[in-house]
Amino acid sequence: MSVEVAVPKGYTRVFSKPRALSDAGFTYCPGCHHGIITRLVAEAIDELGILERTVGIAPVGCAVFLDRFFNCDFVQAAHGRACAVATGIKRARPDLVVFTYQGDGDLAAIGTAETVHAANRGENITVIFVNNGIYGMTGGEMAPTTLPGQRTTTTPAGREPRLHGYPLKISEMLAQLDGPAYITRQAVFDHPHIVKAKRAILKAFRNQLDGKGFSLVEILSTCPTNWRMSPAEAGRWVAEEVTEVFPLGDLKDVG
Amino acid sequence: MPKGLVIVDKERCKGCGLCIEACPFGVLDFSSEYNASGYRVVHMAHPEKCTGCAVCANVCPDVALEIYREESSVRGAA
Repeated sequence: MSVEVAVPKGYTRVFSKPRALSDAGFTYCPGCHHGIITRLVAEAIDELGILERTVGIAPVGCAVFLDRFFNCDFVQAAHGRACAVATGIKRARPDLVVFTYQGDGDLAAIGTAETVHAANRGENITVIFVNNGIYGMTGGEMAPTTLPGQRTTTTPAGREPRLHGYPLKISEMLAQLDGPAYITRQAVFDHPHIVKAKRAILKAFRNQLDGKGFSLVEILSTCPTNWRMSPAEAGRWVAEEVTEVFPLGDLKDVG
Repeated sequence: MPKGLVIVDKERCKGCGLCIEACPFGVLDFSSEYNASGYRVVHMAHPEKCTGCAVCANVCPDVALEIYREESSVRGAA
């Protein structure tokens, strides 16, 4: 349990845990970028002052316990169905701010249909898509987003595109549709990219408040445990290898 | 008096070391202390070098760091 620390004399607090986060510690592995992304979402909720009317939709995967980490309401959707659940909540209660937080095994595999159709309908929701190219929670199996040549527990010799297919570029797919308002890909492997990712998340929430429609922020994340790398190596691997296949930047922005 | 202070929530820290790598001034390092979960937690090995820039807190995946800046330097920056 965290304890309120008294501000040392002569000092001002410039950074602390966002109000939208509870005192519960994250259940992510050490060094996993999920924790950074979870905090950025909480900071965005704080900055927009929407904590009391925000509902999150938790995925199946490493972020399944999001309801414990946040102080806002949460629904835990069936695997991949977060965008469908969010659609229902937002249509029934348009006054609420509704966001989903999903991994690539959830959003880009079993939940592809729900995601594509929610985007195509231009549902006025915010989607945070955490892409680490692997099924983290279940033991490091190949995901649709796994890089060619990447070793996983189900592709021990590396992903062979002719046998296992190519990495699925969900953001590029969705950017072709007329429905979405904002599709962007960000990363959090260093301080400047974290600042940019935060700006993108804020924009995705503001779009919903302004009624602009479907906004998706894909964030390249790490899985040090299943990639069998140190947290620092995993960050460098995102910067050097993953961004080659999944280039960063805005793919669609209606402004 | 150092310009900045990093207060580590020892029970949240998982000893991943991302903050140590990210700090531009080499302030942080692993301490000799372990928390209840068995993780070796970070501490300010060189507090005199800290400017309170909060880069460490921004890269921390467990929101384990609180950052304080000396009041005169906050006013100076404004």
